[in-house]
Amino acid sequence: MLVSLNWLKNYVDIGMISPEELAEKITKSGIEVDGIEYIAEKSENVVVGYVESCEKHPNADKLNLCQVDVGDDKLQIICGAPNIAQGQKVAVAKPGAVLPGNFKIKKVKLRGVESNGMICSLKELGVEEKYVPKDAVDGIFVFPDNVTIGGNVEALLNLNDAVLEFDLTPNRADALSMHGVAYEVAAILNQPIQLPEEAVEVSDEDANSYVSVEVEDKDLNPYYGAFIIKDLEIKPSPLWMCNYLMAAGIRPINNVVDITNYVLLEYGQPLHAFDYDRLQSEKIVVRRAKQGETLVTLDDQERTLSEDHLVITNGLEPVALAGVMGGAGTEVNETTTTVLLEAAYFVSSAVRKTVKDTGLRSESSTRFEKGIDPNRVKKAGLRACQLLQQYAGGKVLANTVEFDELDRSEKVVEINTTEINKRLGTEITIAEIIDILNKLRFNFEQNNEDFTVYAPTRRGDITIFEDMLEEVARIYGYDNLPYTLPVGASQAGALTERQQLKRDIKNYLQGTGLMETITYSLTNEKNIGKLISPEVQENNPEPIALAMPMTEDHKYLRLSLLPELLGTLGYNQARNQSNLAYYELGPIYITHEKTLTKQPDESLRLAGALSGTWTEQPWQQEKKEVDFYLTKGILEGLFDFLQIPVLFKQAKLPDMHPGRCATLTLHDEVIGFIGQLHPILEKNMDLKETFVFDVNMEKVFAAYSNESTYSQIPKYPSIARDIAFILDEEVLAGDVKATIEETGAPLVKKVDIFDVYQGENAPDGKKSIAYSLLYQHPEKTLKDDEIEESFNEIIETVNSKYGAYVRS
Amino acid sequence: MKEQLEAIQSEALEKIDGTNNVKELQEIKVAYLGKKGSLTGVLRGMGKLSKEERPVVGEIANKVREAITDALEQKSEILEQEAMEKQLEAEAIDITLPGRQVKVGGPHLLTSIVEEIEDLFIGMGFEVREGPEVETDYYNFEALNLPKGHPARDMQDTFYLTNELLMRTHTSPVQARTMREFDGGKPVRMICPGKVYRRDTDDATHSHQFTQIEGLFVDENVRMSDLKGILDTFAKKMFGQERKIRLRPSYFPFTEPSVEMDISCKVCGGDGCSVCKGSGWIEILGAGMVHPNVLEMAGYDPEKYSGFAFGMGTERIAMLKYGVNDIRQFYTNDIRFLKQYHNA
Ligand SMILES: [Zn+2]
Repeated sequence: MLVSLNWLKNYVDIGMISPEELAEKITKSGIEVDGIEYIAEKSENVVVGYVESCEKHPNADKLNLCQVDVGDDKLQIICGAPNIAQGQKVAVAKPGAVLPGNFKIKKVKLRGVESNGMICSLKELGVEEKYVPKDAVDGIFVFPDNVTIGGNVEALLNLNDAVLEFDLTPNRADALSMHGVAYEVAAILNQPIQLPEEAVEVSDEDANSYVSVEVEDKDLNPYYGAFIIKDLEIKPSPLWMCNYLMAAGIRPINNVVDITNYVLLEYGQPLHAFDYDRLQSEKIVVRRAKQGETLVTLDDQERTLSEDHLVITNGLEPVALAGVMGGAGTEVNETTTTVLLEAAYFVSSAVRKTVKDTGLRSESSTRFEKGIDPNRVKKAGLRACQLLQQYAGGKVLANTVEFDELDRSEKVVEINTTEINKRLGTEITIAEIIDILNKLRFNFEQNNEDFTVYAPTRRGDITIFEDMLEEVARIYGYDNLPYTLPVGASQAGALTERQQLKRDIKNYLQGTGLMETITYSLTNEKNIGKLISPEVQENNPEPIALAMPMTEDHKYLRLSLLPELLGTLGYNQARNQSNLAYYELGPIYITHEKTLTKQPDESLRLAGALSGTWTEQPWQQEKKEVDFYLTKGILEGLFDFLQIPVLFKQAKLPDMHPGRCATLTLHDEVIGFIGQLHPILEKNMDLKETFVFDVNMEKVFAAYSNESTYSQIPKYPSIARDIAFILDEEVLAGDVKATIEETGAPLVKKVDIFDVYQGENAPDGKKSIAYSLLYQHPEKTLKDDEIEESFNEIIETVNSKYGAYVRS
Repeated sequence: MKEQLEAIQSEALEKIDGTNNVKELQEIKVAYLGKKGSLTGVLRGMGKLSKEERPVVGEIANKVREAITDALEQKSEILEQEAMEKQLEAEAIDITLPGRQVKVGGPHLLTSIVEEIEDLFIGMGFEVREGPEVETDYYNFEALNLPKGHPARDMQDTFYLTNELLMRTHTSPVQARTMREFDGGKPVRMICPGKVYRRDTDDATHSHQFTQIEGLFVDENVRMSDLKGILDTFAKKMFGQERKIRLRPSYFPFTEPSVEMDISCKVCGGDGCSVCKGSGWIEILGAGMVHPNVLEMAGYDPEKYSGFAFGMGTERIAMLKYGVNDIRQFYTNDIRFLKQYHNA
C-alpha cells in the first residue's frame, strides 16, 4: 500500500511532523513502513505557462519555437515535444529551476536560437513513467484550462508529496484503505479524524426499473448493491484525483475508471463499473460458474471456469469474475453513457480460489482476499456515485438495487486491566486503557477494571482477548514495556548425550584436519541414485520428489550426502582450490513407499570427501597426498574414540574403485563404506582423484550408547611378541590379523601390523607382513609357557589357513 | 709429610686450574688420586708414622683429597657445560624456514553460530530439541493456528511432497511437537535449530534451504516483558553489550501479540546509515506470545499457561555479524569462505 501524505491530510491533521518521523511512529506501532518516496525532491521555479505561439524552429525540423506567458514574464522557449501546440497550458521550468536528478535549467542557444527555459513532461518533473497517463507519456503534460497562468506547478501536480510504502502483514487489511490509514495515524498522533460524507443527489428515476439483483450463493456473496448512473461524460479525471492515483501507483485512465479506483483506495472497497448498455440485460445474477463456462476478461484472455468460481452474470452468461476482474464485453469505454456500478461483499475464500486458478491478482482481489469492512460496502458505492455526479456529469438514479444478508455486527471482546497487566508485565491504569480505546476509536463499556470492547468491523482481525492485548500494548508502546526475566522455578539446561556426541564427533573430525560443510538436502535426478551406502540400497529406497520443484537441480530428497558434497569439491577444483578435506553431518530421507503416505525416516549420516595434497613441506621435498590409508585412519581414529568395533571389509561397490573400496561393518552389519571414487565417475564429475566415506550415524550412536563402558586399566604386565609371515600376494593383511585375534583370544589383547614389504627380499608372488602381538591377562601375570603355547597355535593356524610360513 | 701433602694439593689445584679439556682432567685425576697417584703414594707411607702423628696427618690427607676432588668436579662441570654449549651451537637451525604444515579443519560458520546460540540459551535453562525436516501439514501449519485456506499460508511458499506432507517451512512445528510430547503437564524451555525450506529462487538474499533457530518458553505467569528481557539478554550477548533492542508489533498466526525485534545498528550506532537503510535499526527476529489456540491444540490450558516463542534465521545473523553478503556462500562451501570463518 502506497500512502500519499497529501491525500492523508484530507482526513487527519498530521501537523508539522516530518514524513520520516511519521514513518518511524507508524512502524513502531505496528505497520512497517518500508520506504518513503518523494515525488520530486526539488521543483522550484516551475510554473504554469500559456503557449501564445508555437512555430517551427528555423534551423531544426523537430524543434518548435514557442512564446510562453508565465504570468510575470514572457519567455521564448524551444521545445521538442511532438504534442506541443499553441493555446496549451504547460509546465515551464524557468532559468534557475532545478529539476529532479539535479538538472539545472539555464538560458541556452539551440541551433542559433535562444531558449529561456524548458517545457516539461511529467517524467521530467519526477513522476514515475508507469503511472503517467498514456497520452502524456511521449510528450509534455498539458494542464486543464482552469489552471492559473504563472501558478506554482509543485502544488498543482502534487510534486511536494511524500509517499509512504507500507509493508502490510496479513492481519492489517484495514490499512489497505486511506480511511483505515487515517484511523491508524489518528490513533498514533492522538488527532481527530474527518471522513467525507457520501452526499448524493438522486434523480426521480428508480434504479429498480433498470435492473434486478439475484444472488444464488449468499454464503459467498452476502451483499450485492447495484447503482445506475446515466448521462455520463467520459473524460479525464480532475487533476487532483489523477495526482493521488499516480502517487498511489495507479495510472489514470478516464473519469469513470479513475473514480472506481479512487474509491477503492479511499474506502478499501473494490467497485466495478459495467457499461449498462453493453450488459444487454436488466438482470444481475450472481452464481457459481458452470463447469467449462468461459469468459473473456478485461485483459482479453479467455478464461475457462469451474464451479469453484463465483461469477456475475447478466442472467445468461458471465460478465465478470466476482471480485477479481470484469469481462471485456461490458467494459466501460469512450462511448459509455450509462453505468451499472457494483459494490459487493465477496467472501475471501470465493475470491482466493479464483485468483489461485486464474493467476489474476488485482487491487480488488487482494482486498477481498484479506477481508473488507462490511459497513463500508454501500458507503463506498454512494461515494463513487457522488464523484461520478461531480466529475462525470452523471445522473444517479434513486435507490440501490440490492441483495443484502450481510452481517454488520461488531465483535465483542471482554478485557480486564489486571489480566492485561499480568500478561504484559506492566502497570497500565484504567485511565490509560480508556485513553487507548478512545485513540483507537473503539466503542466500549467500562465497569471498574472490566471493559466490554466492540471491535469495529474495519478491524476484522480483532476477535479475542489476545488481539485486544496487542492493541493496548502497541498503542501503549512496546518501548514502554519493562525488561524482566521469567520468575518461577528454573531448570538446568544441557545437551542430550546424542547432541553432545555430535559436537564431539565434529570436534574430532575438525581436529584431524577436515572442514565442515553444509550442502543442499535437495538434489537432482542425476545424483539421486548415486553413491548410496549398501545397507541403504539393499532395502530399495524410493526416491522422494517434490510435487512442484523450483528447478530440476533441487528436486529429490537426497539418499546420500556424497553427490552434493562432491559437487562442492568440483566447485572448488574449478576455482583452482584442489586440496580439500570435507565432511558433512546430516540426514538422508528414506522411504519404501512408492506414494508417500507418512514421513520418511530421517537417518543421520557422516560423509567425507578428500582430494589433493594433505600436507606439504616444500623445502624438504615432502608432500603427502590424500590416499586410502589416510582416509581410513581418520575413520579408525573416530571409531577408536567412540570405542566401537568397526571392521573394514574389502568390497566392490558401484561408482567406486574396485580395488580400493571397503564396507564398514559393525557386528556383521554394514554401516557404511569407504574408498576411492571410480575413475569413470571422477571423469564424469570432473573431479581429481577423490577418496570418500559414508557412515550410518544412527547405528554408530546406537552402538555407542550400548557399548561404551569403561574398563579398568589393566594391573598385570603385558608381553609383546613379534612375528613375520611370508604370504601369497593376494592374502589380505586384515584377514590374517583377524585370524590371529581369533586364535589368540582371550590372551592376545592387541594385534598391530608393523611392516609390510614385497619385492627383493620376498620370493616371487609373495609378500612379508610383520605382526606385533600384545599378550595380557586381566587377572594374572601370564607365564612363558602359556604364551608359547598360544603363539605356536597362532603360527600353525595362519600357516595352514593361508599357506604361509614364518620368515626366519 | 704435612708439607709434602700441602705441596701436592697446591700443585694439583694449579694443574686443574690450568687445563681446558676433559681428557687432561681425567689424567690429572689419575695422577693424583689414582692407585698409582701421588696422593695415594704419600698416604701409603703413613704406616711409618707414629700413633700420635697418624690421625693428624690422616686428617690433613683427607682434606687434601677433598679439595682436589672438589676442584676436579667443579672443573669437570665447567668443561661439560662448555662442551654442551659448543655442541648446541653446532646444532643450530634456520628458524626462519617455514614449519611443517599441519592440516587444519574447522566448523561451518552456521554451526558456529548455532552452537553459540545453543550454549547461550542452555545457560538460561533451555534444552535443545530437534524435529523432522519432512513435516505433516498438521504440524507445520494447522497446529500453529494456520488452518487450510488461511491467508497467512501465502507468506511462506511451501515445497509440498504430497497434499499432507511437506518440507517444513520453519522450525516452529517443533514447538507443537514438544508441547504435545509434554502433554500440557510441565513448563517448556527449549530452542530448536534446524534446516527449513521455502519455494524461493536462490539469489544473494534468498535460499530455498536455510537454517532457523526457534525458541519456546511456556510456564505459568509468563509475561511479555519476560520475552523482552530474554531477547535483550540474547541480543547483548550475541552482538555486544552496547546494542539496544526495539520491539515492533508484527503478525504471526501462532503468536498474539506478535513482535519483530530490531537491534541498534552497529555501523552508525542508531543515527542511520546505508547498512540499516537510514533507520538506525536492523531487523533480527520475529517473536511473540504463544497464541491460545496453539497452546490449546498442543494440550496446554491457555487459562493456566502462557508463553513466548521466537524464531530467527541463522544465515541472517551470520550475515549481520560477519558481513557475509551472499546467502548462497553458505552452501557453495568455497574453501576460502569456510577457512575465513572456521574460528568464528
Ligand atoms: Zn546504521
